[in-house]
Amino acid sequence: MTAPMPVRPPEPPEKPPPATSGKAPGQARPSRLLAPLRETGKLFALAVAVARAIFRRPFQVREFIEQFWFVASVTILPAALVSIPFGAVIALQVGSLTQQLGAQSFTGGASVLAVIQQASPLIVALLISGAAGSAICADLGSRKIREELDAMEVMGVSPIQRLVVPRVLATMLVAVLLNGLISVVGTLGGYFFNVIMQDGTPGAYLASFSALAQLPDLYISEFKALIFGFIAGIVAAHRGLNPRGGPKGVGDAVNQSVVITFMLLFFVNMVLTAIYLQIVPAKGS
Amino acid sequence: MGIEVVVEGLTKSFGKQNIWQDVSLTLPAGEVSVMLGPSGTGKTVFLKSIIGLLKPEQGRVLINGVDMVNSPERDIMETRKLFGLMFQDGALFGSMSLFDNIAFPLREHTRKKESEIRRIVMERIDVVGLLGAEGKLPGEISGGMRKRAGLARALVLDPQIILCDEPDSGLDPVRTAYLSQLLIDLNAQIDATMLIVTHNLDIAATVPDNMGMLFCRNLVTFGPREVLLTSDTPVVSQFLAGRREGPIGMSEEKDAATLAAEQLADTVPLPTGPRTVVPQLEPSPGMPVRQGALRRRERVMSMMGQLPEAARTAILDSYAPAAGGARA
Repeated sequence: MTAPMPVRPPEPPEKPPPATSGKAPGQARPSRLLAPLRETGKLFALAVAVARAIFRRPFQVREFIEQFWFVASVTILPAALVSIPFGAVIALQVGSLTQQLGAQSFTGGASVLAVIQQASPLIVALLISGAAGSAICADLGSRKIREELDAMEVMGVSPIQRLVVPRVLATMLVAVLLNGLISVVGTLGGYFFNVIMQDGTPGAYLASFSALAQLPDLYISEFKALIFGFIAGIVAAHRGLNPRGGPKGVGDAVNQSVVITFMLLFFVNMVLTAIYLQIVPAKGS
Repeated sequence: MGIEVVVEGLTKSFGKQNIWQDVSLTLPAGEVSVMLGPSGTGKTVFLKSIIGLLKPEQGRVLINGVDMVNSPERDIMETRKLFGLMFQDGALFGSMSLFDNIAFPLREHTRKKESEIRRIVMERIDVVGLLGAEGKLPGEISGGMRKRAGLARALVLDPQIILCDEPDSGLDPVRTAYLSQLLIDLNAQIDATMLIVTHNLDIAATVPDNMGMLFCRNLVTFGPREVLLTSDTPVVSQFLAGRREGPIGMSEEKDAATLAAEQLADTVPLPTGPRTVVPQLEPSPGMPVRQGALRRRERVMSMMGQLPEAARTAILDSYAPAAGGARA
């Protein structure tokens, strides 16, 4: 051992020299204040990547059907069970209000509109993000930490195209169909409670319904559900693809995914409702 | 014949922590290379950078003219089909049986019929000795079996470049020896470029044509195996001997004070003199001659002048019996 013992080599420069490429300074000093913006940007980038991958062949039919079946199976029953009391509550509330105002004959129209336009897409949002989104996020997250996604990428298969696209499309389709289901069940529940419990007349209920409601109400409802399904799928995938450190990170990611989706969906719902009320004239006006 | 992998000036950091810097080396086509290094020196990061899973800040990894660091994602995806990567713990898809796992690349990338796929997959399963376990889920088998299944999946597309991340970890010595032989036989059969990342000394001593070592954020050396095996660079000789005395400490590197104290104390007389080089594994009988070994021989002979004395004698020794025509 005559060779001199090596001493710890000089520390690499802390910061890359300023002569390097243009994006280096941005990487070198990430500001904590901008972290939420960065995450938002990544979320949008994922949304764009998914939207583009939807049209890339080969389409994963099998995965899509499996995911569709899975998402549908975890959401249908709770959706139906939630929508009956929800329709009932709205019918009762609107019913008692209209009774005080002396506009009892409009109960039907009012409660049906409330159910179709607001309650139904929001129930969809709750179930899609709570039941489907959390499951998707947990699934992708655990695959990520087990390096399955890396393995897939190494085999030249894009996890976005192979896994995320079928899941997002499945949540979108299930959301649209679920929205129809909830609208029907909620309306029936409202009708039942109004006619049976509050002694409303079936004729007035249906007449006010057809007097106030119009087809665009249904369109916007389904459109909302479609958008909600997309957002829930994207947020779940985004959180699932980027869990922070180990199994605990996956749990946190699922939690975040549900919370973020809720906030986003309620906000988007507000925006869509405001736009709709502006551009679509109310019936008869 | 495998594909050459050229790494130029690669530097990778996570945040402020530099993993390694300015790593340049060439994995010669069709040869087996081993990257050594103490735990935590970024060997796995290096592997993932070669395949483009991690993006180093500087440098290039050229494979068939595609830069795995900066080229468009589409080209990188396409180039990845040339790779087989064996992950440290197999990275099998937990929801699929072993058969489906191994068939996955075939189903994704080829239009083969199911009977054809079955034939290829069962062949690979046989190669790695997992016959009978193909219906099991990854959760139901041992770590060593998962590893072998991961290898089978990496092999199923006949890759040109095979990367193995610690093929030995979690395997007993006998299985490690079998795996070493398996890797050499594979190389003889499909002539793929191979890079094995490990800190197993048996694999390091017997399998590779070329060896490199990562330590202290740098590539210590990369070259024909004899260069490293006979090297008297303290880091290398300490690592290969598995001693405590030397620059490698428990937390990667020792500081100068500990080193000086150690040098003064000098309790254990360190073995001196040139170390003997264990002969490299040969393919099992019946296997074709390794084309990579033939090419390497020419390559090494032509660079003889630049090699250290000890390495030169070791190389000449290793080629002497073969030159005498002992093997066909």
